[in-house]
Amino acid sequence: MIFFRQKIPIFSLAFSVILIASCDVGEGNVDSGNRLGILHYGNGSEPQGLDPHVVTGVPENHIVRALFEGLAVKNPYTLEPEPGVAERWIFSDDKRVITFFLNPNARWSNGDPVQASDYVWSWQRALDPAMGNQYSYMLFPVKNAESFAKGKISDFEKVGVKALDQRTLEVTLNEPTPYFIQLLDHYSTFAVHPPTIKKFGMSTDRYTKWTRAENIVGNGPFVMTEWKLNRRIVVKKSPTYWDRDKVGLNGVVFYPTENSVTEERMFRVGQLHYTAGVPLDKIPIYRDMENTPYVQAPYLGTYYYLLNTNKKPLNDVRVRQALSLSIDRDILTSTVLQGTAFPAYSITPPDTLGYYPPRLFGYDPDKAKELIAEAGYPDGKNWPGIEIIYNTSEAHRKIAVAIQQMWSSVLNIQVTLSNQEWKVYLDSVDQMEFDIARRGWIGDYVDPNNFLDLFISEGGNNSTGYANAVYDDLILKKSTKAADRESRYQIFYRAETMLMQAMPIIPIYTYTSKHLIHRSVKGLPSNLMDSLNLKYVWLEDLEKEDR
Amino acid sequence: MIRFVVVRIFQALPVILAVITATFFLIRMAPGGPFDSEKAVMPEVKAALEAQYKLDRPILDQYFSYLADLGEGDFGPSFKYPGRSVNELIAAGMPVTAELGFYALIFAVIVGGLSGVIASLHPNTWRDHLPMTFAMIGICVPSFLLGPSLMLLFGVHLDWFPVSGWGDIPGDKVLPSITLGAAYAAYVSRLSRAGMLEVLSQDYIRTARAKGLSEWRVITQHALRGGLMPLVAFLGPAFAGLLSGSFVVETIFQVPGLGRFYVQAAFNRDYTMILGTTIFLSTLIVIFNLMSDVLAAWMNPRLRSELFNYD
Repeated sequence: MIFFRQKIPIFSLAFSVILIASCDVGEGNVDSGNRLGILHYGNGSEPQGLDPHVVTGVPENHIVRALFEGLAVKNPYTLEPEPGVAERWIFSDDKRVITFFLNPNARWSNGDPVQASDYVWSWQRALDPAMGNQYSYMLFPVKNAESFAKGKISDFEKVGVKALDQRTLEVTLNEPTPYFIQLLDHYSTFAVHPPTIKKFGMSTDRYTKWTRAENIVGNGPFVMTEWKLNRRIVVKKSPTYWDRDKVGLNGVVFYPTENSVTEERMFRVGQLHYTAGVPLDKIPIYRDMENTPYVQAPYLGTYYYLLNTNKKPLNDVRVRQALSLSIDRDILTSTVLQGTAFPAYSITPPDTLGYYPPRLFGYDPDKAKELIAEAGYPDGKNWPGIEIIYNTSEAHRKIAVAIQQMWSSVLNIQVTLSNQEWKVYLDSVDQMEFDIARRGWIGDYVDPNNFLDLFISEGGNNSTGYANAVYDDLILKKSTKAADRESRYQIFYRAETMLMQAMPIIPIYTYTSKHLIHRSVKGLPSNLMDSLNLKYVWLEDLEKEDR
Repeated sequence: MIRFVVVRIFQALPVILAVITATFFLIRMAPGGPFDSEKAVMPEVKAALEAQYKLDRPILDQYFSYLADLGEGDFGPSFKYPGRSVNELIAAGMPVTAELGFYALIFAVIVGGLSGVIASLHPNTWRDHLPMTFAMIGICVPSFLLGPSLMLLFGVHLDWFPVSGWGDIPGDKVLPSITLGAAYAAYVSRLSRAGMLEVLSQDYIRTARAKGLSEWRVITQHALRGGLMPLVAFLGPAFAGLLSGSFVVETIFQVPGLGRFYVQAAFNRDYTMILGTTIFLSTLIVIFNLMSDVLAAWMNPRLRSELFNYD
């Protein structure tokens, strides 16, 4: 007892030490950010790198596009192209040659002018096979670019990009490519500053220090001032950017918010203005809030199942159709996905730059039963059993369980589920060692071509065994020769109709983008690409108004 | 004594070589490679990538060239983070993980030690049952449950501590340290309770009491020294465990430590990073075990004499 009494001061001492350590959390990031014009941005994960010709991910995209700018950029409200480094461009009559006129005020962050020759040098770097650029195919519409990237020709002079003078760049395409200007806002087509790259190694080295905060030279609206690994990346408004008067922020702090549950809490306590995502179980709560910070919008991506058409029983189109017809996508999206997705009946999301895909089917259990009986499995008799594989994730599991249930109750067939670790899953899909595999595709650019060319016979992402010469011809040849947008879309519509009749994939839902955005953030509209241009974002100092 | 240490170090070398070899070949047996991604990678691109990282060479070649680089202290470039070397990533993450582990250990020793000692002084009363119940809970509750709960209570509702970060906002180190330390605090309290109970029943304690010493002095001057002996043997491996086992806490609180890199490296098949961190951590574990053995030998007269015989 004596002991205990004497220990009390020690307890209270220890406790007060903890309390003192906690201090006062004080002014949160959001409040100070609003005062100083600094956006605190949840960016999902630590970027793998910041070299535009090396990186591949979404978090990288956000930072790279703050530090660099393409020839043309996308307006965040309309997604239509608008001037970037090029102040204007003209097409030749046959639409194969584009001449870009560079803005004389476009500057690298060290003060050098951005020149046409920088683009020629950079595109050679982006396409050089030694670079190992996974997005080099973005430049394949350019004449001979694909041959150069695949090592079939080694003379870059033959590739369709020329600097006519320091301010004029001429690009020659294989075929008229309506979406080509859009691609210029993709980081793989960005110019990098040649002297900086050369200073730190060979032009095709993936492994140099040129992207460090103290070394990097960019041409975007912001310049990097700090890169603390796994902590934050800080950028501030660039003093050399040609359109700096329009830049509304003084800076942005990007956080690697890998854990979306923690990210949501950071948002709640005022450490973030913007979150990369929202945990699914929190969405109903936010949705019911008044003045909710929750923002959901259609997103250019489709969640679907790949069917292995080389294997029994999925080699029978009737079985594939029966499976698709017996999924009630309305129920799935409203319950399992809590209304955060739209039912999908095609691979291309609706309204992809004015394109509406065919809607050939819906939920039709009676038709499904008929088809499966015709295929030799009436009421599930003789059914050999199939397996759905997906990469380990609670979200994928829930969907697979729901679909398993629907197939069991409508068709009376047995389906097993198997989760695989990410790289194992990728390997299985690549080797086509599956019956059914989960898949998602997010568009690289807004055009039906980006979804439909997945299923050409030789497509690297096909993975279904679907091969149809007519389909290939429509996508690879006919669509590129179409006279105008309308006839081009008609060709896509025909192709997609063929695809959905053959059903090598089962479309399940169209994605949405989901963010928590603080009400002080302005100029950040939702769009199909979930593409933000930080140049247009600004912060309203709400406290100032309150005062 | 010196010979004992030297012999132990030489015994550790084959262990570490075995770890390197096993890891090197095991990770290559896992399906998928570092450059597989959801969007199909062109075969030309994949070949170029593999050439840049020497993965196109025969595997034994790669193994020996890796060992040669390792001999110079070079863990190689990271596959997942182009432009970063594994050495650099470890150098960036290690101090943070070590600091986190250190605070967690301090927390574990103070809280666990105190509650264990108190419990031992009042065996089978509520002052014993209460801390031991907490200790049992502490051992059972995983950090992925404890972390978010603490975060909700102290971070969101009470707003005492930040919910994430490390060294950015005052107080952001408190919750991760407590979360990581809790399970160890529980072990420490059970260990120190058991140790104290054993010592308190010894004759020399009775003698001390009989001499008329105050209870405070009996405990602090006589009982604690012997009672906390089991703790010392526990601390070395515990610190090694804290260093290699902090990835869950690091992920929950977005702490930029080594654990996060380690786990991500495995998911990404970042071969050099997996190898680098495995070798680094296994070396640390070997060192801490050695230190703990030496310390225990030094504190325990019986073991000490055995070692001198060894000499």
